[in-house]
Amino acid sequence: MTRTETAVLKTAFRALTHFIDRRQAFAYPAPAVVTLFLIVIIPIAFNLYLAFTKWTIGLGEPRFIGLGNFIELLSDERVLNGVKVMVYFSGLSLSLEMVLGLLIAVYFNREFKGSEVVQAIYILPFAATPVAVALIWRIMLNPEIGVLNYLLQSVGLPGSLWVSSPKTVIPALVMVDVWKWTPMITLIVLAGLKSLPHEPYEAAQIDGASALQIFWYITLPLIRPVLIAAMMLRSLDNLKEFDMLYTITQGGPGIASETLYLYSYNVGFSFFKAGYGSALMVVVFLIVLVFNVVMNRLRLRAESL
Amino acid sequence: MTKILRLILFYVGAVVLCVPPVFVFVWMILTGLKTGVQNIAYPPEFIFTPTLENFRAVFQQYNFFRYLMNSLIIAGLATGISLVLGLPAAYSIAKYRQGKIGLMILVARMTPFVSYLLPWYIIFRYLGLVDTYMALTITHLIITLPMVIWLMVSFFEGMPAELEDAAMIDGCSRLQSFLIIVLPLVRNGIATSAIISFIFSWNQFLFSLILSGPRTKTVPVAVYNFISYGKIDWAGIGAAATLIVLPVSVFAFFVRKTIVQGLTMGALKK
Repeated sequence: MTRTETAVLKTAFRALTHFIDRRQAFAYPAPAVVTLFLIVIIPIAFNLYLAFTKWTIGLGEPRFIGLGNFIELLSDERVLNGVKVMVYFSGLSLSLEMVLGLLIAVYFNREFKGSEVVQAIYILPFAATPVAVALIWRIMLNPEIGVLNYLLQSVGLPGSLWVSSPKTVIPALVMVDVWKWTPMITLIVLAGLKSLPHEPYEAAQIDGASALQIFWYITLPLIRPVLIAAMMLRSLDNLKEFDMLYTITQGGPGIASETLYLYSYNVGFSFFKAGYGSALMVVVFLIVLVFNVVMNRLRLRAESL
Repeated sequence: MTKILRLILFYVGAVVLCVPPVFVFVWMILTGLKTGVQNIAYPPEFIFTPTLENFRAVFQQYNFFRYLMNSLIIAGLATGISLVLGLPAAYSIAKYRQGKIGLMILVARMTPFVSYLLPWYIIFRYLGLVDTYMALTITHLIITLPMVIWLMVSFFEGMPAELEDAAMIDGCSRLQSFLIIVLPLVRNGIATSAIISFIFSWNQFLFSLILSGPRTKTVPVAVYNFISYGKIDWAGIGAAATLIVLPVSVFAFFVRKTIVQGLTMGALKK
């Protein structure tokens, strides 16, 4: 490199750092914003465009059909089934996770030797690779040789068909989801409980309130914003549950556990109907969006109380 | 006396509450240590002579080392790039209250992953990038970059501004003070975000399922394929699952305090 070249480079570098310094609010987020635009916004826009087209991957070009796909999905029985499964699975698993998570957090909300061990154990289920643990659950849920039926039978209870029967498949999957995610809710709520003010509790004790009264009239209202926030965080993933469902049942038996989300995947990647599949994905997005807007309203109300 | 009794009762309850999370992992390891025949025995065997044969088979027959390396490379790249892009962005959002970028991150978090899959599949096929590290890293960034920014904003917000001002008075440029003063102040946050980002990328299944191929297959897809080779190899699954979950668990253990802090702060803010 010649001396002039070095000098030019040096000046350019100085100009650049000077620019970054002067326009910090612009220069710092710019690379991330551009990247997010390229990897998030453009694919979403593309997906939105495909939702208004008819196109089978590998066959010709996308053809614009307006609202055709959205009209089609209204009379698609698997869409109706998908919504039902989604409401059943998410409704049951989310509410169980919230209730159990709260109760277990209240139970552990005290100083005790070994609290660190509990914390470490409770991180395991939600940090562990979903596909790996789902496969282990698949082994354990086997009706003939699985360990769960063995344990039930050894204490005199009848075994279950678990995910092999359309009747029990959703409760069985809810059980796996509750196993995986209740610990996360517990840890979040526990952190919230630890940061609550002491005064209301002292006042209640002086007034001679029972433990149940304290929980109902003090803890629950104070912790509500944390609970709702945890539920929003959880719902973002729960409504889009894929790995576990795909690994354990792939929507079966038949379509008994096929959520709308799983169906949209099947339409796109098993039937290669890109247009119709995209329309279904847009619907899933709208469901997640509406749910979160409603929850956020509730959270703001709970906080202002 | 009643006090001791209550304490004992508490610990009994605590142990009961810890059994379900632990049991599944114990069963996973046991499955990996049993032979194929022992794994389909009924009643299930709890006491047996363990074998390491499955772990050997996983590496020799299924070429598992390659998949571990693939996952390591992709998760490492996704995490590294997320930090480089995400740290300055998060700092700026915290400092200048740039809510619009936050909205973009929320959109990224709410959009179903399947929605990205079709466009990316089409784009990558067009560019001939299917089954490359680049393709997988890009899609993993969809998850890790918003996550790093989202976590780091709270860490930057909790940082005292005076130290940075002091550095500027001492003649540092803003860029220098960011690199030399600010980043070391939030090193706990950086470590936490890095590990959480690594874990999410390591665990990612859907993008790899469609966009990886024989060359770039990651461990979640590799272990999933154990059930599609006709006969299900439970012993192999147990061994492979143990190998996949182990590094994640170790990581999670080291940042257990800040993992919860990060999740809670993020959840509470939004």
